[in-house]
Formats: sequence, C-alpha cells, structure tokens
Amino acid sequence: MTNKPDNTIPRTVPIQSATFSNPVNAEIRRAAATGIYDIRGGGSKRKVPHFDDLLFLGASISRYPLEGYREKCETKVTLGTRFASKPIELDIPITIAGMSFGSLSGGAKEALGRGATMAGTSTTTGDGGMTEEERGHSNKLIYQYLPSRYGMNPDDLRRCDAIEIVVGQGAKPGGGGMLLGQKISDRVAEMRNLPKGIDQRSACRHPDWTGPDDLEIKILELREITNWEKPIYVKIGGARPYFDTTLAIKAGADVVVLDGMQGGTAATQDVFIENVGQPILACIRQAVEALQELDMHRKVQLVVSGGIRGGADVAKALALGADAVAIGTGALIALGDNDPRWEDEYQKLGTTAGAYDDWHEGNDPAGITTQTPELMKRFDPVEGGRRLSNYLKVMTLEAQTIARACGKNHVHNLEPEDLVALTLEAAAMARIPLSGTDWWPGKPGTNF
Amino acid sequence: MQSFDLETEGLRKLNVSLHAQSNDTNQTAWEITNPKGSHAIAVGLDAPIEVTVLGPTGYYCGGMNKQATVHVKGSAGPGVAENMMSGKVVIDGDASQYAGATAHGGLLVIKGNASSRCGISMKGVDIVVHGNIGHMSAFMAQSGNLVVLGDAGDALGDSLYEANLFVRGTVKSLGADCIKKDMRPEHLEILKCLLAEAEADAKPEEFTRYGSARKLYNFDVDNASAY
Repeated sequence: MTNKPDNTIPRTVPIQSATFSNPVNAEIRRAAATGIYDIRGGGSKRKVPHFDDLLFLGASISRYPLEGYREKCETKVTLGTRFASKPIELDIPITIAGMSFGSLSGGAKEALGRGATMAGTSTTTGDGGMTEEERGHSNKLIYQYLPSRYGMNPDDLRRCDAIEIVVGQGAKPGGGGMLLGQKISDRVAEMRNLPKGIDQRSACRHPDWTGPDDLEIKILELREITNWEKPIYVKIGGARPYFDTTLAIKAGADVVVLDGMQGGTAATQDVFIENVGQPILACIRQAVEALQELDMHRKVQLVVSGGIRGGADVAKALALGADAVAIGTGALIALGDNDPRWEDEYQKLGTTAGAYDDWHEGNDPAGITTQTPELMKRFDPVEGGRRLSNYLKVMTLEAQTIARACGKNHVHNLEPEDLVALTLEAAAMARIPLSGTDWWPGKPGTNF
Repeated sequence: MQSFDLETEGLRKLNVSLHAQSNDTNQTAWEITNPKGSHAIAVGLDAPIEVTVLGPTGYYCGGMNKQATVHVKGSAGPGVAENMMSGKVVIDGDASQYAGATAHGGLLVIKGNASSRCGISMKGVDIVVHGNIGHMSAFMAQSGNLVVLGDAGDALGDSLYEANLFVRGTVKSLGADCIKKDMRPEHLEILKCLLAEAEADAKPEEFTRYGSARKLYNFDVDNASAY
C-alpha cells in the first residue's frame, strides 16, 4: 500500500523571507565563500526619497509663465565670488563631478573635458592627479585636493581654475578609497608614486589637518600659494550638512559641494555605500539653512550632487536653494557606461547592462572604467565628448522648460514655493508642503 | 639681502614678493623678521632662493616648496614643508605634527624633535630628524627616506609602502606591515649622504633600517586583523 498525496488539501505556499531575501542570502553565501566584503562602484542602489517625490506647481492666475521659444530664461552661474579674484563663470548650472584618472581611462577623462567645454561648464579631476588630456580639453578644470594627495603638485594647483578640498563623498562619508591592483597600470602607478599592481588605498582624512580650525589655515595656505585667484570649494558628504556647511563657511570656503548617498564612487564596500550617509533630498535644505543663517546664501555658492539624472532634478535642486549641480554617474552613462550594446559581455561578467558596477576590476566592456588597452580602444573620446555635451544641453533645456512654466527668467529664480511633495518623507526632508496641503512634518508652528 | 618685516608688511605681500622671484633672480637671499608663529610663511615658492625666518612659524611653513631653501631659526608648527617637491627646509628647533607630510622631494631637516605623524604619506622626500619623532610617523609612507637620530614613538611605519626608515635609537612599536630590515651597502651610502647634508653627527652603522613587509599590498582576508 502506498501513501498518495491528498491533492484535495490546500498546501502552504512557499514564502520567501522579506528579511532573508534571495539577494541577502546570495550575499551571505558569497561572503562565506570568499571571506571578503563586496566592493563595487556607483552610489546607493536602494530606493530612497528623491527628487521624483517632488512636483512643480507651474503657473496659475497668480504666477504667469514665460513663452518657451520667445522669452529668455538664463542659466549662467558664477561660482567662487566670495574671496577668489578669478571666479568660475559657467554657461549652465550643471558641472561634472570629480572622477579620477585611474578609476577612469585617460580617454574617458578627455571626453569629460570635451563634453563639459562644449556645453560651457567645468569638469573636475579626482584622486590620482591631473592628466594632460584632461587639462588640455577642459576649459574650466577644478582640481581636487584629496586626503591621499596622489599626484598632488603645486604646478597643477597653479594651472587649475578652482580647487576643491574633498572632506567627504556622498557614497562614503568618512571613508577612503581603494583602487585595486588590477587597474594600476604603469602610468597610474607613476602618477601615484606607488608600485604597479598593488592595491592603492586612499586615506579617509587629510594627513596634515584635522577639524574646522585647521581647515581654515589649510585654505589660507592654498590661497597664498595661488595668490588668492582660485575659488576654493569644500566638498562634503551627506552626513551632517547643516553643521558641515556652517563649518566650511567659517573656514573660508567660496563654494560648498554637497554630495548625497546616491553619488557614485569608483570602488567602496557595498555595506558603506548603502548604509552610511543620507539621500541628497534630505541634505539640501539643511545646507541652505546654514547658508541663510550666516547671510551667505548666494554669496557662498552651493553645488549639490548625488542622483542628478535630468533637467527636472536640476530644476528641483535649484528650487531648493542650490546654485548648481554636479553629475557623475549620469555623465558616465552618457559616455556609454552600462550600454545595452555590450549586453553579451556583461552577461559573461555575471551581470547585465544597467547593473554593472564592478568598475574596480577594470573589465569594463565599454572601455570607460578600465586601464586595459584593448578595452580602452573601444571608447572614442571625441564621440564621448559630443554625447556628454548633448546630454548636458538637454538637461539644461529641460530645466529651462520647467523654470519658464513657473514664470522664471533665470533658473536660479526657482524657489521652494514652486514645489509640492508627493510623500510625507519627501515633504519632511525637503521641507516642502505635502501635495494638496500647506503642511509638512516638522513645519514650524505645527504639532507633528 | 632682502629684509622683510612680516609684522608690518603682512603675509600676502611676503608671498607675492617671494613668488615673483624667477630662476635667474639676483635677489637670492631673503630674511624674514617677526614671524611670531604666523601660518603659511614662504609657501609655494619656485625659485632657487634662500629664505631665512628669524623666529617660530605656524602651520605649513615652506609648504609645496620647489627649489628654494627655507631656514627657520626657531620651531615650526604643523605641516612644515608639506608636499614639498624639491629644495630644502631646515628647522633649527622642534617641528609639530605632520612634518613633511606627502612631500615628493627635497630635504627636510629638523634639528630638534618632530611630533606625531612625521613623514605621513611621504612620496619621495628625504627627512632627517636630529632628535626624536612621535607616534604614527611615516604612516602610509610611499617612498623616500626618513632618518631619525633619536627614538621613534608608537606604530612607526604603519601601512608602509616603499619608504626607507632609519632609526638610531629605540622604536616604541612598529605599525602594521612594518618590519626591521637588513642594512645593505646602498642604504649605508644613502645614510652617509643624508647625514652629511643634514649636518648630523652620527655614523650610518649606528642605525637600524625598517621597511614594508609587503604583506598588505593586496587584500587578503587572512590579514584582516592587521587592517
């Protein structure tokens, strides 16, 4: 006699744990097998409150719009007006964020310079120093002053257009970097003064100053070396934006660059990227509050970054009080990063277009985040530059479209009153009324 | 000799005057009076001039120096000769934290003691300290030579790369991946030259060399406790 299953009795449906989900379990198995945490590039992939959770109100009886093809909507922005004798003047309020030669190929850095210059904006060096391709093709080049000081030299300091002291980065506030040995070519090793093929650790804090009082003296030194000509930016991650902005202003910054957790990195632990720092939406109003309390809003300029994708994001960031934005990941995608045309090769690497983030391994099929000559040949810096320029111009047109709809003749005239929030979280973070109400959590004079 | 009273003429005018000197200047000797611990004295120089500072300096004296000789007849504050590229900086007294930080070249001589993190992330500079050095000196030092006639504090050479560390006295403790190494003839020759140039009264044979074990150069989970 055999026991046959009784198909008449309903069975329990297999339920996956929301806590121990398949991706979580896969990471546990990977950690158990390898003994190393996951390192990857890019910014936070988790869903966080973002600019998508804000909407513009547009014009109405009380606010009349500007004609799209007839009435001017300016986009120019000047950065570094506080102390520098030669501020940076840009045609558009969208800049290219710092990305290192080493993490990116020389050709990719050249393309960033070409694209930014064609669009009338600036690009930024990164850890590892300034390359000739980058300087030569960038009309406005911001020189990052990083804790590692790889490639740092006073000649490059004198030939840049502005200096960006990097205190923190949105993807990893409080963390340094790691350029794994696979990407340390002869040229990268020489620029960084280290042996070829070894993992190059970038320090998490500066070697010769600690705290805001020291930062003030460091800024003095950099100004003295460059004869008070260059604007000095201070870049902070989205950790404590109110206090960090206050301290950067106190230390003498001309520009504060504020980077949220969606901002990318070349290579950092996934646990760091996803668990340290705040979304950019939660940071902007705090930084603006600090600027306003010190009567420095629009005098010390605010550049925000981390998840800026299109002109709507630009317009929303400006409406919240930023003077400009910076893009990194979006620029790389415009160049061709994660393009579906390379899908077959992404599959061979165990990933798919759009999800490829092992930039540190140097196997980028698109030839952008690599130092391997055969892969680098796939990337055309001239074509890449044109694509980036197109992207920047489209973003600008989109931001202008929204600004005109809100009746603004300059994108900087966008203001918080032009916005509503779709969610409670976004309303609280951006201090913008929840759609259909005049209230947000934490609004002064309310009880919530 | 060009004499410059920092107290009355100010820092900006000083550095502008020094930056105006070129490779073929005949104004090669400069004397700065009344420094009184001011910051950023003689920074970003790029000419073969000799600058003598009569008194103590604040932060970053001689920072990013190229070609010039800066002689401080007193003690120096934090970050003296930081990121120096070439030339020479001499401190008659003591130096505070981060002396010679990230410096790529040239020679830094400290005739007194140096505080913590001396030679941090040094990238090719030669540093000679007549006295002692503090903790975490030569942290992540990449290349160049650090010579100490006295003693070294805790965690010397932590996470060291390819720099050579020479200590005549005791070392309180070595940092991660820093080990004692054999002194070969080429190291004795380096020491002989540096000691002579730094006017240091010591013999190369009296020193012990320390360098990188190179075990942390590529990540290995079995070394996790050292990270």
